[in-house]
Amino acid sequence: MLTVPVETQILFAGILFFLGLIGLLVRRNLVFMLMSIEIMFNSAGLVFIIAARHWNQPDGQVMFIFILAVTAVEVAIGLALILQVYHHFKTLDVDKINKLKD
Amino acid sequence: MTNLIVLIPALPLLSFLILVLFGGKLSRKVAGWIGAGSIGVAALLTIIVGISFIKSLPETKSYSVVIWQWLHVGNLTANIAFRLDSLSLVFIFVITFVGFLIHIYSIGFMANDEGFTRFFAYMNLFVSSMLILVLADNILLMYLGWEGVGLCSYLLIGFLYKEPANGAAARKAFIITRIGDTAMIIGIFILFLSFGTFNIQDIMHLASAKWAIGSSLAVITAALLLGGALGKSAQLPLQTWLPDAMAGPSPVSALIHAATMVTAGVYLIARTNVLFSLAPIVQTIIAIIGALTLLIAGFSALAQHDLKRILAYSTISQIGYMFLALGVGAYSAAIFHFMIHAFFKALLFLAAGVVILVLNEEHDIFKMGGLRKRMPVVFWTFLIGSASLSALPLITADFYSKDAILWFAFSSNSGGMVLWFAGIIGAFLTALYSFRMIFITFFGEAKTEPTFNAGKLMTVPLIILATLSVIGGFIELPTSMGNFHLFSNLVNNTLPNIAIKNVEQLEWLFQLISALIASIGIYLAYRFYFKKPAYIEAFNHSRLNHFFEKGFGFDKVYDVLFVKPIVWLAEIDKKDIFDQLNISISRLAIWGNHFLSIAQNGKLRWYLLSFAIGIAFILTLMLTK
Repeated sequence: MLTVPVETQILFAGILFFLGLIGLLVRRNLVFMLMSIEIMFNSAGLVFIIAARHWNQPDGQVMFIFILAVTAVEVAIGLALILQVYHHFKTLDVDKINKLKD
Repeated sequence: MTNLIVLIPALPLLSFLILVLFGGKLSRKVAGWIGAGSIGVAALLTIIVGISFIKSLPETKSYSVVIWQWLHVGNLTANIAFRLDSLSLVFIFVITFVGFLIHIYSIGFMANDEGFTRFFAYMNLFVSSMLILVLADNILLMYLGWEGVGLCSYLLIGFLYKEPANGAAARKAFIITRIGDTAMIIGIFILFLSFGTFNIQDIMHLASAKWAIGSSLAVITAALLLGGALGKSAQLPLQTWLPDAMAGPSPVSALIHAATMVTAGVYLIARTNVLFSLAPIVQTIIAIIGALTLLIAGFSALAQHDLKRILAYSTISQIGYMFLALGVGAYSAAIFHFMIHAFFKALLFLAAGVVILVLNEEHDIFKMGGLRKRMPVVFWTFLIGSASLSALPLITADFYSKDAILWFAFSSNSGGMVLWFAGIIGAFLTALYSFRMIFITFFGEAKTEPTFNAGKLMTVPLIILATLSVIGGFIELPTSMGNFHLFSNLVNNTLPNIAIKNVEQLEWLFQLISALIASIGIYLAYRFYFKKPAYIEAFNHSRLNHFFEKGFGFDKVYDVLFVKPIVWLAEIDKKDIFDQLNISISRLAIWGNHFLSIAQNGKLRWYLLSFAIGIAFILTLMLTK
């Protein structure tokens, strides 16, 4: 069985996380931002899997299922909010939806 | 019987309250008769009280009534208590009696004024405060009356408030007298600290027991009280407010700025004479100030154009005589002159008020003239008043009072040739400017036509006062002629006798000189102002005359010395230099708010970036520990 060193696995998860973060920062469309958040979630979940595999403990995989559930709920609410935002502002550009400032 | 003295200040106060509270609902007639009537009843009570007081003179030569306790804190006690003695009796007599005549006159004089009830309310409050001032048995209550008359003076000078200049004159009077009052209240504090009581009689007894003659504390206290007296009585160097105070209606000038209030300083010094005898230097200063004031005011009166300003300067000058008398210790002569002066100066102001009123507010004497035939009653009463002011020998009352002062200025132990000489020059000036007024106003050709004739309400008080200006002098005749001392015998129950040098046999000579001087003054006034020679015309345009007219330039000097620097400082301090410290704190908060609210720009991605930077920062901290 091919074994990849654990540092490489963590590095991969880290790259995934930063990709998500960068996507979050540079994208202006709310839908893409939500997708970037999903990527970041998944990179965090990946770290749990890596840790579970590394120490042969199932807790990490259990945690990942939790994260999947939370993500599903979050996406449901997030998409609903995005729909409302679009309905209200006729745009999904976050820089234009900035009514909550002084 | 003497318990009635409580009612004497209470009645005008009551009338003041009625006029203030219900003045709008009362008709002019009712308001006028309430205002004048309350003073009338007070005058009647004064006569009743006075007669019973003189008839059965108590052992202590005085009579006190305590009404209630005013203040009681620790060992500080002040009562609302009145004390009647011969000094306050003379004052309440003049205040209520002359005040009553002036109130009657005011009913006629103010008849067409829109502030009729307001006028009577203020006048009543004034009379009440003045009565409290002279009847007070402790110095704190006296100070209450003292400030009360100052307030009324301010209100009445600014009575015709629609003219901004009148308001300025009122403020000037208030502020300048306040300078003196500040000195006085400090003096009162020193007295309380030293003796632990406010009661005037106790203070006097304790002072003569505890303080040595000429001790520094006595000198300082006497000087501070003198400061108050100088402010109120318009003496050098605080005399500048009185000529401007003529902005008030004529009855106000008559009652407040001639007959009563301005003599409050004389009363104060006479009342606290023990303190001044403990401070001989201060007493000498009083005499010198009196002599200087009477000269300066005399010269100034000679150059005025405004009828009321002439009378104002003559008031300053006559009070100068009273101060001269107080300074040489001739207390009874000062009080006698106060009483006679109240009669004829009230008369002169009221008569001048009639002249100004019927000539449609014409104040300039050079635009008058020839009024002798048109208004005979006013002419004759004004003539009697002026004759009295210039101390026409033998027949006028002022001859006896001024002559007494001049005699004592020379013969008193603390008097001398210089003071007498200043007084005699002043007497000459007085005669000159009094008859200058007469000749210019009432003789010559008519320049302005009277618009109407004054009613009986105005002329009857004139006649009564004119009578008093003549016969008032006969209650006190000098030793050399008649030797009749009704007045000084009465007043000396309270005030110390004067100690004079051994020159008594010379008194007739001095009387002769002053009689001659007064007559020469009147004759020269006739030569100068009736015949109108060219050199007088030339003098009228000279610089010296202008200097006299401006009252020796005191206003200008004060303007440069005090007013300008204070205005300059105020101008600088417009931004409240010391407030800047406090304001800077709020500035900092506002600046911080602006700084932080930059971050609240509503850009979601901006927030996220700061989030990420924050996390990176914290992680770096954790990892590099």
